[in-house]
Amino acid sequence: MSHSQTASVRVADHEVHHASPTPIGFWIYLMSDCIIFGALFATYAVLGGGFAGGPGPKDLFEPGFVAIETALLLFSSITFGLAMLQADKGKRDGTMMWLVITGLLGAGFIAMELYEFRHLIHIGAGPDRSAFLSSFFALVGTHGLHVTGGIIWLVTLLTQIKAHGLTTANMRRLGTLSMFWHFLDLIWIGVFSFVYLVRLI
Amino acid sequence: MSADTHTHHDDHASHGHGTMGQLMIGFALAAILTIIPFYLVMAEVEMSRTALVGIIMGLGAVQIIVHLVFFLHLSTKSEEGSTFMSTMLAVIILVIVLAGSLWVMHNMNENMMPEHEMDQMIEEMQSLQSQQG
Repeated sequence: MSHSQTASVRVADHEVHHASPTPIGFWIYLMSDCIIFGALFATYAVLGGGFAGGPGPKDLFEPGFVAIETALLLFSSITFGLAMLQADKGKRDGTMMWLVITGLLGAGFIAMELYEFRHLIHIGAGPDRSAFLSSFFALVGTHGLHVTGGIIWLVTLLTQIKAHGLTTANMRRLGTLSMFWHFLDLIWIGVFSFVYLVRLI
Repeated sequence: MSADTHTHHDDHASHGHGTMGQLMIGFALAAILTIIPFYLVMAEVEMSRTALVGIIMGLGAVQIIVHLVFFLHLSTKSEEGSTFMSTMLAVIILVIVLAGSLWVMHNMNENMMPEHEMDQMIEEMQSLQSQQG
């Protein structure tokens, strides 16, 4: 009796720590997403010189503007890291506060990106102007859609944590969203280096 | 049994969500690696174009590794190496997609007849036809 009880406890313990396939599964999803971005980067690399007589990077891109966008995303990565540390300590209010700050920084980034897109379309440099602008809007727009999705996920998770606390399920969701958020910041490194800065030299 | 639980716990802490120290080291490195390329472009530092492109892309690659190690806690040990292996597979596919696209398209551009030469040939053929007609 006592022996079988120990065995069942051991099985349960084993399952809790090793059986969750979520982190590795989500990581594999992120890697496949990375390949989508790779294809979009390759498209930009190939078509980035096709201006069709229209405006080029030096006419359109402002390095100072991109620097602020980059800072917003980097700071939001750090605040998400701080939220994870609070969650590991079991502090619900601290976790929620840092998550709210992360969401606001992300929203600021999206607001800046929308402003930039609107401005470009307004001055006649929309995605239909040239191959360069088509590939630019496709790549940067896909990244922006991902960040928007991340913000929606973040708000959903905030209400979950508010209602149910830092349960095992919510911790798992928080862990995967953390991976997603840091991954988007990683993709942005490629965007600000390769899409903006290199073309402004 | 208790020893078993203990190792699991250690395991979890070592590659879970990192520590404050890791986060701050990652932040400092990422900030430096971001500021340098923006400074190079915004201050219009005098340097050859190739060198600038190389430095910006190189620093970007280093920063991606910094993010993977300090923020995403990628290591060869997590999930018995599966995480690292899937990452390497993605890197290989990325290299093939990026290098392959650039190579193929560059080759095509080199071997395609430029547009003005094409126009010249069409004109020549038309004048030949009108002479014969």
